[in-house]
Amino acid sequence: MAEASKAPQSFQEIILRLQNYWAAQGCAVLQPYDMEVGAGTFHPATTLRSLGSKPWAAAYVQPSRRPTDGRYGENPNRLQHYYQYQVIIKPSPPDLQDLYLGSLAAIGIDASLHDIRFVEDDWESPTLGAWGLGWEVWCDGMEVSQFTYFQQVGGHDCRPVSGELTYGLERLAMYVLGVDHVMDMPFNDPRSPIPLTYGDIFRQTEEEYSRHNFDGAETAQLLRHFEDAEAECQRLLEFPPLDPKTGKTIIMAHPAYDQTIKASHLFNLLDARGVISVTERQAYIGRVRALAKKCADAFRLTEAGRDAEVTP
Amino acid sequence: MSDLLIELFSEEIPARMQARARADLQALITNGLVEAGLTYASVGAFSTPRRLTLSIEGLSGESRPVREERKGPSASAPAAAIEGFLRATGLTLDQLERRADKKGETLYAVIEKPGRAAPAIIAEVLEATIRNFPWPKSMRWGNGSLKWVRPLHAILCILSGDNGTEIVPLTLDGIEASNTTAGHRFLAPARFAVTSFDDYATKLKRAKVVLDSAEREAAIWQGAQNLAFAAGMEIVPDDKLLTEVAGLVEWPVPLMGRIGDAFLSLPPEVLQTSMREHQKFFSVKNPKTGRIEGFVTVANTDPVDHGATILAGNQKVLSARLSDAKFFWENDLRVAKSGMTEWLDGLKSVTFHNKLGSQSDRIARIAALAREIAPLVGADPDLAEQAARLAKADLRSAMVGEFPELQGLMGMYYAREAGLPEPVALAARDHYSPLGPTDTVPTEPVSVAVALADKIDTLTGFWAIDEKPTGSKDPFALRRAALGVIRLVLGGKVRTDLAPLVLLALTRNTIAVGESHGAPTGFSEQTLNDLVGSLTTRANALFSAVREHYQYFRDEISEQIRATIEDPSSRTSDLLTFFHDRLKVFLKDQGIRHDVIDACLAMPGNDDLTLLVKRAEALAAFLKTEDGPNLLAGFKRANTILTQAETKDGVEYSFGADIKFAETDEERALFAALDAAEATITPAMKSEDFATAMEAMAKLRAPIDAFFTAVQVNSDNEIIRRNRLNLLHRIRTICSGVADLTKLEG
Repeated sequence: MAEASKAPQSFQEIILRLQNYWAAQGCAVLQPYDMEVGAGTFHPATTLRSLGSKPWAAAYVQPSRRPTDGRYGENPNRLQHYYQYQVIIKPSPPDLQDLYLGSLAAIGIDASLHDIRFVEDDWESPTLGAWGLGWEVWCDGMEVSQFTYFQQVGGHDCRPVSGELTYGLERLAMYVLGVDHVMDMPFNDPRSPIPLTYGDIFRQTEEEYSRHNFDGAETAQLLRHFEDAEAECQRLLEFPPLDPKTGKTIIMAHPAYDQTIKASHLFNLLDARGVISVTERQAYIGRVRALAKKCADAFRLTEAGRDAEVTP
Repeated sequence: MSDLLIELFSEEIPARMQARARADLQALITNGLVEAGLTYASVGAFSTPRRLTLSIEGLSGESRPVREERKGPSASAPAAAIEGFLRATGLTLDQLERRADKKGETLYAVIEKPGRAAPAIIAEVLEATIRNFPWPKSMRWGNGSLKWVRPLHAILCILSGDNGTEIVPLTLDGIEASNTTAGHRFLAPARFAVTSFDDYATKLKRAKVVLDSAEREAAIWQGAQNLAFAAGMEIVPDDKLLTEVAGLVEWPVPLMGRIGDAFLSLPPEVLQTSMREHQKFFSVKNPKTGRIEGFVTVANTDPVDHGATILAGNQKVLSARLSDAKFFWENDLRVAKSGMTEWLDGLKSVTFHNKLGSQSDRIARIAALAREIAPLVGADPDLAEQAARLAKADLRSAMVGEFPELQGLMGMYYAREAGLPEPVALAARDHYSPLGPTDTVPTEPVSVAVALADKIDTLTGFWAIDEKPTGSKDPFALRRAALGVIRLVLGGKVRTDLAPLVLLALTRNTIAVGESHGAPTGFSEQTLNDLVGSLTTRANALFSAVREHYQYFRDEISEQIRATIEDPSSRTSDLLTFFHDRLKVFLKDQGIRHDVIDACLAMPGNDDLTLLVKRAEALAAFLKTEDGPNLLAGFKRANTILTQAETKDGVEYSFGADIKFAETDEERALFAALDAAEATITPAMKSEDFATAMEAMAKLRAPIDAFFTAVQVNSDNEIIRRNRLNLLHRIRTICSGVADLTKLEG
């Protein structure tokens, strides 16, 4: 790739190079999920699709929200809304580490100049009932990605195992572009007629959402919404599989999972508002996990989540 | 004879697991080979982040043939018995041997196992080892079912001898053993073939892999030292970090950088912890300023620009980390200087244990107890109370939130910055100590008072809710807390009875249990502070008040409170026994036998641990002298005769012996010796001079021995017999005043 030899000039160029790279490796390049999530892992393309035996390969950008990380746009690298780049391949290919290193080369990280290390990091998501083993990948002492082999999701063993890569895009891009404050990072090409920085686009929203997350959101209402999402998720899963209208078996695993995502985000907001005590915290996490597990159970009964017929 | 080389090549193995994995690989393979009948001369195990390697030299070419003979039933035994034997041996009737003996003919199974070639055995043992490897956590990958710590990519397994090198045939989940391996991930990724261990190690080094972790550690340490020395600095030694870093790299290249001036004012422990935990950097100290001013990072590559890019990147990451630390430090200082109230208030909402209230409640109990303990350890009560109230405030600081291992230490810095008295600052740092059997014991009196109060409160709290350690389960580290109390008391030669302190703390924790259940308390601090008198008096008074109070609410209090108020001594004596058990373990490590401790535990005042140990040490020393065991024998003989007579006669011979009934010189000599011993022992015991008392007791050895040689206690003359029994009673009384010698063995 001639382009890869040149250093990227902007945040979006890094994203575009990752998209091109993973497309070239055969991944379906998906678009972000249209709901508020805490991390790219919550996208059903990862959680649900890592279940069952059907092969899968997808890559996508996922806007992610961590309400407690809001700093009114002032902190050089903490944001309540940021982007993750997510790659999920099932079964994990034997050369996944090399593929990953290829993606770093594609965005201008030259392994002959940099120190790239795989440092133990076991991944666990108590809300998703999921865990895996892998590493955080360090480049010159900085964590640039999470690399995980999923072992369990939604309480189900992953067979086969999916390999998951998660890049924290802002942090990675700041490093590649040599920027010290996220808001100063060029979003598009700085030589464009209208050059835009990350701050031009997100400083105001970081302020607005920080205020919203810490003070604005009405907690009684959030609490109600949490309960509603929880009830709705369970209600959708209680429908009999047979749809009388079409005569088909239609299990509403994805709509129910949307409610799980909602409950999870509402919990994060409640947490940011400081209304959840230490002891209650575990209970809320347990409630979201229970939903995630039910959705995983339901998805395993669907066409996409079922184990493929064993061909003799 | 040939040499075996095994390499298991995988994705990056966590550094912390490598040492254990080397040992496990060596043990599993060598044990397996030996069990299968092979022998070997020497073995070595190695690891890098991507490989586990085992080299065995002088391995025998095949296992020894084994001839096994089993005796079966008689040839004329019932058919069922013979069939059973055939099933057990897997043979048919005509394969059995018949041997004539006295009973006729007996069947024998003779099973000959021929020797097996080494490769077949190796393949079996290696497969079993890989399949059952005891990784702390293992995983599956791709479509496979094999489990390993991270995906396993290749197996190298060769036998090399005089006839060349052969690959041991083995295929495991699609991985076929070969004679090839790969070099450094970035510097020399190509695969290459090897013929022996020496060839392997040499070629690996050429391919930028240092196989031996000890060699990598040495290279890192030497390289780091050289960098520091050239800049007039020194590396802060950190063996744990060195081992970890050596497990993260195959080709270590140390690089040194400087910490930005803006961060040099942070406490050195903060710099060190942040650099070690987050970045795995070594700290570099400037000997002229005594400050941490630089760092050494260890790269896993030999970059074309000699590390300029890597160092710049690491420096940048460090600056971001230390900016966070500085932000925490400055915010924390603001809270500290305004009296730490924000933190103390915050601790009200931190649950210590749901039955024992919040951290804030616990701190109040510790502060009250520290006040009581202060005079016993030579500390000022006001200072001890103040120190206890502030010692845990740093738990709410941002810095401790980020680095929990800095708890206490940050408390010290913040107390100093807030201008609090130095003993208060030191108590914040030291009140958690001692944490283990080798941890330093604080000596500053205020620290000792708070440390004791902290541990006694923890112990009595969990005793009050009946959460005692069982077997190997000790989730609240109560054994460690009890050992901490013991070491604090003994280290400071603290003289106090533990029982009233334990009762006091138990009572306060019982109140806490009541409050957590919503039982009406009816106590105010006022009531507690109004108590006057000695520690024992006040402890008893407080307990009585609590008991009386809860009597009114019998139905509203928990089972645990009921148990405590109905029989407090069962709780306190149980806890004291727990202390005594820990003390036995502690003293045993110091070479004092458990029966010696038992002999001293049987004496009154055994909750004064310093006194107890003083007594035990003197007794142990006494038993090591020549007179010791002999006197013990004489005492036991006297005691046995006396006890038998007392049982038989149904009386206690404590009337006092009269010298006028003495018939022999030996008897009279014993009278005199007892008088003399008593004259020394009584005052010695009063001043707790156990050594002198035991020395005097030792002098009884010769007269007692002489007495038993010359005199028959059970005389026909009943008056003389009783007098002698009363004399034996004096021996018992005098000796038993020192320790309960009947508990001693031998």
